[in-house]
Amino acid sequence: MQLIRNGEFVADDFATVGDEDALPDGAVIVSLERWQKERDALTARNTPLGVRLKSGQEPSAIAEDIDKLKVVALEFPVYRNGRAYSYARLLRERHGYKGEIRAVGNVLRDQFHFMVRCGFDALEVADNITPEIWAESVGAFSLSYQPATDGREPVLSLRQRLAARASAREAV
Amino acid sequence: MAQHSRKGAQFQALTANRLADGIVVYLTSDNRWSESLQDADVAEGKEAGEALLARAQPTVDDNIVVEPYLFEIAREDGGIRAASVRETIRQAGPTVRLDLGKQAELPGVHR
Amino acid sequence: MYRYDEFDYQIVNERVAQFRGQVARRLSGELTEDEFKPLRLMNGVYLQLHAYMLRVAIPYGTLSSKQLRMLAHIGRKYDRGYGHFTTRQNLQYNWPALKDMPDLLHDLATVEMHAIQTSGNCIRNVTSDQYAGAAKDEIEDPRIVSEIIRQWSTFHPEFSFLPRKFKIAVSGTPDDRAAIRVHDIGIQIVRDGKGAIGYEIYVGGGLGRTPMIGKKIADFVPKEDLLAYLEAIMRVYNMYGRRDNIYKARIKILVHEIGAEEMKRQVDAEFAEIRKTGALHLPAEEVARIQAYFAPPAYETLPDESTELNKAVLADRDFANWVKSNVAAHKVPGYAIVNISLKPIGGTPGDCSSDQMDAVADIAEKYSFDELRVTHEQNLTLADVRKKDLPAVHAALKAAGLATANINLITDQIACPGLDYCALANARSIPLAQQISERFSDLDRQHDIGELKINTSGCINACGHHHVGHIGILGVDKKGVEYYQVTLGGAADEKTAIGDIVGPAFTEEQIVDAIETIVTTYLSLRQPGERFIDTYRRTGIDPFKESLYATH
Ligand code: HEM
Ligand code: SF4
Repeated sequence: MQLIRNGEFVADDFATVGDEDALPDGAVIVSLERWQKERDALTARNTPLGVRLKSGQEPSAIAEDIDKLKVVALEFPVYRNGRAYSYARLLRERHGYKGEIRAVGNVLRDQFHFMVRCGFDALEVADNITPEIWAESVGAFSLSYQPATDGREPVLSLRQRLAARASAREAV
Repeated sequence: MAQHSRKGAQFQALTANRLADGIVVYLTSDNRWSESLQDADVAEGKEAGEALLARAQPTVDDNIVVEPYLFEIAREDGGIRAASVRETIRQAGPTVRLDLGKQAELPGVHR
Repeated sequence: MYRYDEFDYQIVNERVAQFRGQVARRLSGELTEDEFKPLRLMNGVYLQLHAYMLRVAIPYGTLSSKQLRMLAHIGRKYDRGYGHFTTRQNLQYNWPALKDMPDLLHDLATVEMHAIQTSGNCIRNVTSDQYAGAAKDEIEDPRIVSEIIRQWSTFHPEFSFLPRKFKIAVSGTPDDRAAIRVHDIGIQIVRDGKGAIGYEIYVGGGLGRTPMIGKKIADFVPKEDLLAYLEAIMRVYNMYGRRDNIYKARIKILVHEIGAEEMKRQVDAEFAEIRKTGALHLPAEEVARIQAYFAPPAYETLPDESTELNKAVLADRDFANWVKSNVAAHKVPGYAIVNISLKPIGGTPGDCSSDQMDAVADIAEKYSFDELRVTHEQNLTLADVRKKDLPAVHAALKAAGLATANINLITDQIACPGLDYCALANARSIPLAQQISERFSDLDRQHDIGELKINTSGCINACGHHHVGHIGILGVDKKGVEYYQVTLGGAADEKTAIGDIVGPAFTEEQIVDAIETIVTTYLSLRQPGERFIDTYRRTGIDPFKESLYATH
């Protein structure tokens, strides 16, 4: 596994810990269950915190804690299960979450583009993914028809700007 | 993997589709893939069937064919005949376009 | 019709390049079949019985002559000289090689076509009314909103891995020719009390293993909010649709399990939130831009009556029969809608040779403003033909073997590819349709029987819409032998109904006789003016059961 964060291949500074494991020093990512059970203790540690949501655990479950979290890891149990795309958008657009949203689980190269558009800014990917593959996959489409979370201007508004510029030119 | 053979089938052959063009092929006794069912190696009994399947694996790994499976056949007049309608159609071509598929090239394959 | 601008071209070309890379990685062995399969399925490439199959999208069924010529060319160059028009207004090629697929898609892209989202668990090609723009009682051309939806749904990042495939259909007239109530989302264009245009929304219709009729969850979604509303439905489905069982994954099951009321409540709540952000607000300028592409063609001012037509009807009985069944009323005086049957007696429903495609393209260019439509009943439509040109159009169609006069009659059947092509099939569909067609080939008898739709599917997936055929036939497999189960009373129009199973399945030898028994039973029961479906609705299934099984 490697971590790509904001397009850079970086060392993972968070440890993902199981529900029964002892907490290591430093930044950790825990399950939603552990977070709900040990919220106060975890917050008191004063180290960066992340929560990992399984498919079926909705972002609303952590909506009130969002300021306390540096990472929300959303799980793709299989690439075919696309629930986490909606979860990521809801975290950003509905709950105003600004921290890292990390794609974990079955994260395939042909989906990087979609994930980034939905607000994922970190992805845990297989070891055979190279920076070249990353660049090719994430840049497969230079244009998008619909607005999403990445702020990319959809084709529709590009058209409107083009039309506005054309009519401005005519007016001159 | 698709299940296309009967449990107690006596004779079985092995089929797959060629990766590059999808054409139906059969494993021969010298481990090549032929477009004709008549060239197929025939396995008698369960174990021989499994051995056939195992022999196909290297060509699957080499990306020559995809989706190999065993199916039941009958030996008839020195020839090989698929037992099910499905495999009969697969080895010959659509019954509604006798001018297409293998039946167009290999006379007599349809029924 | 819609034309690509530079942006549309770029997206499609980038897709071709991406798929070219994926095919190359597969052929070189860099990708295993397990890894590649979902990728090819995102682009309409299936592995069928004899070879690969490619499904090409024909957005809302509209084609230019140039596009149809390209489809003909592709049929010759990469396939075996023909294609199959489907119940989702698409075209399928049955024999293309995987290694040729990138070049094929490149050729398609030169005429603004693609295979994007023609399979996979995403929003599929949007279907619509083949009479769009020409229908008399049309509220608005449904292709405008269909194109808007096509763009919004193309590579939608959030909705490319839904629990299951997702199909949307749009109807712009009260008469529903797009079968909107058997789609995941059905959109009916309506006008409110003040004359504003908006959308009535049905959700949760579908066929397959568990056929369901869509439930209405909105009476009027304003135009500018349509995409926000659709995004709300999709999000609810993406989050709550079942993923544990492929047969329970369609939205129809979600709607069925939580109820239409609850579905409506959740969608409304999500819609309210999405609407607040304004991001999906549909600007009037964009609607106008797309609407301009579907502006009415340059109709001439003509008298509604055509003496040429009247004369030809009297002179030529074949022609008269064809006009009677295949020609429909047009909203503009002096014009008519021509339906081209792809159901010749004894032929394969929906199949069309490359030569025939070229012929239709020429006819469309000359007589129907260079444009044609594919229908969900697997026929073609020329939407804007001058009445006085009908004899010439008929003659040209006849020369191409395309003048079969049977639209909406018993030989105008829908049939899926079935066991002759399809790897999922239990039984053959096409030969059955052919035998029925031959049994009822007498045209006078067909007219006597009147409107009757027979739909056949080779397995429970219901690609042949058997649930909504007046007579539906479903192929089942009993120990390696083909059997056929019959349903009665289905309908796909504004009075959509799922057919009732009549009794035990029939063998291949029995099935055509069984259909004949059903037809003669209807003829003996019908009251003046009743179509088969009317009689069935009045009498119910019992008399049919009796005549089918009492004698056996
Ligand atoms: C030959 C390859 C084909 C394959 C493998 C295939 C596969 C399937 C499957 C698996 C379903 C059921 C999906 C579900 O209920 O979740 C389905 C439904 C359907 N297919 Fe096909 N199909 C094929 C060809 C066609 C053709 C040729 C047509 C049109 C003539 C067609 C039109 C449809 C329609 C209308 C449905 C029903 C939609 C619904 O359930 O609401 N398909 N297909
Ligand atoms: S209904 Fe079944 S047999 Fe017919 S095309 Fe669909 S999957 Fe194949």
